Amino acid sequence: MAVLVLAEHGDGTLAPATLSTITCAGEIGKAGGGEVTVLVAGKDCRQAADEAAAVDGVAKVLICDHEFYQNASAEALAALVQPLAASYGHILYPATTFGKNAAPRLAALVDSQQVSDIQAVIDAETFVRPIYAGNALATVRSRDAVKVITVRATAFEKAVPGGAPAMVEDLAPAADPGLSKFVGAKLSASERPELTSARVVISGGRGMGSGDNFILLEEIADLLGAAVGASRAAVDAGFVPNDYQVGQTGKIVAPELYIAVGISGAIQHLAGMKDSKVIVAINKDEDAPIFQVADYGIVGDLFDILPQLKAALAAAKQD
Amino acid sequence: MKVLVAVKRVIDANIKVRVRQDGSGVETANVKMAMNPFCEIAVEEAVRLAEDGIADQVVLVSAGPGPAKETLRTGLAMGADRAIHIVTEESLEPLAVAKLLAAVAAREDPGLILLGKQAIDDDCNQTGQMLAALLGWSQGTFASKIAMSDDGATLTVTREVDGGLETVALTMPAVVTTDLRLNEPRYATLPNIMGAKKKSIDPLTPEELGVDITPRLEVLRVDEPPARAGGIKVETAAELVDKLVNEAGVL
Repeated sequence: MAVLVLAEHGDGTLAPATLSTITCAGEIGKAGGGEVTVLVAGKDCRQAADEAAAVDGVAKVLICDHEFYQNASAEALAALVQPLAASYGHILYPATTFGKNAAPRLAALVDSQQVSDIQAVIDAETFVRPIYAGNALATVRSRDAVKVITVRATAFEKAVPGGAPAMVEDLAPAADPGLSKFVGAKLSASERPELTSARVVISGGRGMGSGDNFILLEEIADLLGAAVGASRAAVDAGFVPNDYQVGQTGKIVAPELYIAVGISGAIQHLAGMKDSKVIVAINKDEDAPIFQVADYGIVGDLFDILPQLKAALAAAKQD
Repeated sequence: MKVLVAVKRVIDANIKVRVRQDGSGVETANVKMAMNPFCEIAVEEAVRLAEDGIADQVVLVSAGPGPAKETLRTGLAMGADRAIHIVTEESLEPLAVAKLLAAVAAREDPGLILLGKQAIDDDCNQTGQMLAALLGWSQGTFASKIAMSDDGATLTVTREVDGGLETVALTMPAVVTTDLRLNEPRYATLPNIMGAKKKSIDPLTPEELGVDITPRLEVLRVDEPPARAGGIKVETAAELVDKLVNEAGVL
């Protein structure tokens, strides 16, 4: 038996969440799951496949370079993976929108009850996963022949290059189910680090008042090399696009430093950031629940505090 | 076109759940329950499709014990036409629910099935995708906008993805799961709540649908997550930066 990882990739590189998923696959492998194979399906994805082959702990890479997989359609991917499934005891996807979309479709086709968003491996069939917005942790055992799993990227270190490069084997495309067609994408372009893998995240909530005021966060983000996030309230209010949302049903982040500005701290938001190493909260309401998880809190008007913070950070940088 | 909407009864989103001391699960006795928020969005979208003349019937389905009926009544009061209650006391996993819904779809022959993208209790985010697979239909997950083509053959779905928004054209019939920005669900008015009492809720059982719902996963235990140590308040931004540099060591 072996462990298969479905790679999320783009622009010739593996997504950081894929590297975390490979680490998780390695843990399952050592617990008896067997060697780790990575499947890179896409268009012009040879470079990403080579990157996967160089990663420590990867024994084999399958590449399927075909236009069917250009936009990671769940329908096309499930048709590709289903015939391979019997050779693997575990099939892992990162718990990103890529994996959340694609994994359950495969799971149903192989009659497996997927285990979503695992954050720890106990043994090859036992895993820990958060439920109720992370307010409880369930330890579950799967006895399904093929275990389909999505992996919480923040819970596993990113795998790094090392060891002898794995062999890269070509995989023929499956028939196109022809059920859906990619029309287009409107992706947020940013020079800042990606939210889920940034070392520092600064997020704004309803208290920011408007989208224009997010410039106050962006200036600080640029000083810190941070990503900018938001609470659901700020996204719903139209301040920032949906891909900024941190929370139970948005993005899960666990940076070294998370700065929550004008965010009250609803359960659903805390679910997305409470595993951050250090949490800072800036809020004018001293009873805001965000202060219960914050290591450092400042009670006050964010429009006074943010410029002071920017100045203090700039001064600290000078030293 | 008939639209089928799956709805789930969950602990109310505003309740902070308590983990049972014996590690057997979370406390559900005497806890406020409500329709899963993403399911509300699905019901709202279906009702809007009916109001726009695209759907001619909206049928709700829920699987679970007796009180699931209350959740179905809520959806009927929002404007759905009738409901199906799959009655079971067993705890249901997404794969089992997807199989039940596929069996209902075989009887009802809908053109579109709407579901919430995720239930806020088990946080699985699986059922819609599994249902699409079992039916061999197209899937549009995490939808923030849907638009039907004039000939009814294609549904254009804008999806909320990690990088922003993505648009796909789905061949009908299709399964769509809802994200937060798809719409803002209405509140049921009193006359509609009264009117919903006259709408039919037909009971069915997993046996009648020929579906084995035996759980596959064994929940060994449910624990409380480690609590964060309490923090401190600081007075000024300068003091904060000093702490982050010299105490926390993260800058």
